[in-house]
Amino acid sequence: MNDMVIPAGLGTLLAAIAGILVVASTIGFVLARRYSPGGENEVIENLNQRIRSWWLMAILMGIALLGGRTGVVLLFAFASFSALREFLSLIPSRRADHWALALVFFVVLPVQYVFIWQQYYGMYSIFIPVYAFLLLPVVAAIRGDSHGFLDRVSEVQWALMVCVFCVSHVPALLTLDIPGFEGRNVLLIAFLIVVVQLSDVLQYVWGKLIGRRKIAPRLSPSKTLEGFVGGVASATLVGAGLAWMTPFTLLQAALLALMIALLGFVGGLVMSAIKRDRGIKDWGHLIEGHGGFIDRLDSVIFSAPIFFHVVRYFWSVA
Amino acid sequence: MKKPSWRASLTGMLIRLFARLVTSPRPIWSGIAPIARQRLYYANHSSHGDFVLIWTTLPPRLRARTRPVAGADYWLASPLRRFLIHEVFQGVLIARQRKTDQTATQPQGDPLEDMGAALAAGDSLILFPEGTRNTREDGMLPFRSGLYHLAQRHPEVELVPVWIDNLNRVLPKGEVVPLPLLCTLTYGAPLPRIDHESRTDFLARAQESLMALAPNAQEASLQGGASHE
Repeated sequence: MNDMVIPAGLGTLLAAIAGILVVASTIGFVLARRYSPGGENEVIENLNQRIRSWWLMAILMGIALLGGRTGVVLLFAFASFSALREFLSLIPSRRADHWALALVFFVVLPVQYVFIWQQYYGMYSIFIPVYAFLLLPVVAAIRGDSHGFLDRVSEVQWALMVCVFCVSHVPALLTLDIPGFEGRNVLLIAFLIVVVQLSDVLQYVWGKLIGRRKIAPRLSPSKTLEGFVGGVASATLVGAGLAWMTPFTLLQAALLALMIALLGFVGGLVMSAIKRDRGIKDWGHLIEGHGGFIDRLDSVIFSAPIFFHVVRYFWSVA
Repeated sequence: MKKPSWRASLTGMLIRLFARLVTSPRPIWSGIAPIARQRLYYANHSSHGDFVLIWTTLPPRLRARTRPVAGADYWLASPLRRFLIHEVFQGVLIARQRKTDQTATQPQGDPLEDMGAALAAGDSLILFPEGTRNTREDGMLPFRSGLYHLAQRHPEVELVPVWIDNLNRVLPKGEVVPLPLLCTLTYGAPLPRIDHESRTDFLARAQESLMALAPNAQEASLQGGASHE
C-alpha cells in the first residue's frame, strides 16, 4: 500500500473523534466548575484525568494512522513493550528466568513486529505460539532451576501471548488484501479501536447512569449488567454507524461491532481476574487516570486477533 | 557536601535518565513526605542500582544533601568508579568487614566515624544494613549492627525504611543485561525510638518494619524459596 496517501474517511473520523473529545472536555470542565471547584470530588477528578489522557491517546493514534504502516507498527510495538513490562513486573519470576525474560523483551518482541512490518503472515502468525513458546522453556531449563517450573514457563508465555501476540494483530490488519479497499486498511484499525474503546466508555457511562446488578462482583465490582447491555448495544450501533468507512455492509458492521464489544468485555474480565490474583487494582501508573497500558489495552487484547481472522477469512484474498 | 562539578552534574543526570528509562522507578511516600529533613534511609540490598534508585526518586533538594554509604573495596577499584562515587554520588566509603561473626560489636571504629561525621555535618545517608547484596530469592540477610550504633549516636536523625521492589530482578548479581521491569520504592514511616532497647531487638524491629513495606509482605517473609505458589 502507498503510505503517503491519507485514505478517504480517516480525516472525517479523526475530526469526529476530536469533536467528541471537545464535548467531553467541556462537560468535564462544567462538572468540575460546579461540583468540584477545589478538586475534592474524586469521580470528577478521575473523569477529567481520563479525558486528558484520551486526548493524548487519540492524538498519538491519529499521528500513527496518518503515518501509515511504519507509524502504526512503531506505536503498537511500543504499546506491547509497555504492556509486557507491566505484566512481567508482576509475576514472581526467579533468577533462572533472566535469560528467557531478556529474550522476550529484546528478541521476541522486536522480531514479531518486524514480521508484521514485512507483512509476513506465515511468520507473524506462528512465530510466538510455535518458536518462542518452545524456545523459552528450553532457555529456562538450561539454568537448572526446576522450582515452580511449569508456573514460571506458563506465566511468561501468557505475558507474550497477551501483550505481544494479541496486540500485534492490530497492526496486522494492515496486511489484509481486501478487493476495492486497497490503501484504506488503517480504517479497519480505526474501526476496531473506536468500537472497542467506545464500548468500554459507554459501559462505564451506562453503568454509572442506571447500573444496579453487579455482573462479576468478585472480579470487577464496577461492571454492572445494565452497563454491559447498554454499552454493548450502543457500541453495536456506533459500529453500524461507521459502516461507511469500512468494506462491510451496515448489518455486517453491526455484527462485527457486536463481536468486538463482547470480546472486549470478556477480555477485560480475564485481565481483571489476573489483577485480582496478583492483588493489584491497576496494571501500572503510566497513563494518568487510567492506570497502566494493559488497563487500556485489555479489551483490545481479545478482540484484535479474532477480528483480524474473521475479516481475513471472509473478506481478504491474501 | 560540596557543589558538584558540571561534569559530575551531567553524569548524574544521565544516570538518572538511564535509571528512569530502564525501571521507571516510582516512589510511594507511604510513611513520610518528601520534604527536606535529616534522615537515614535504610533499604534492602540486592543490586548495585539500589542506591541509584533511591537517589533518583528523591526530589532534587533532598538528593543534594543525601549521601549513599558504599563499600570502598568496590568503588575504589577503578578511576571511573572513583569519579562516580566521589564526584557524582558523593558517597561515604567504608571498609566492609568480611567477618564470619556478623554480630561482633564494632571491630573497627572507622566506618561509624565516617558515617557519623556525615550525619554531624547535616547530611542524610542511604544505608544497606544487610551489608552485602542479597542474592536469595526472598527474605533478607541479617542486619549488621552499624544501623544500631548510628541510631544510638544520632537520636535526632529520622530512621526511614525504604523497600525497593523488583530491582533484584532487573539485574541480579552476575547478570549483564538489565530487564526493563518496573520498580517501586516504598518510603515507610520513621522507626519509633524505644529507650533502653537491646541491639538485637532494635535490629529485629528495624528489619521487620522494612519487610512490612514489601508489596507482598507475606511472600517476602517466607524463608527458603517457598514464595512461588
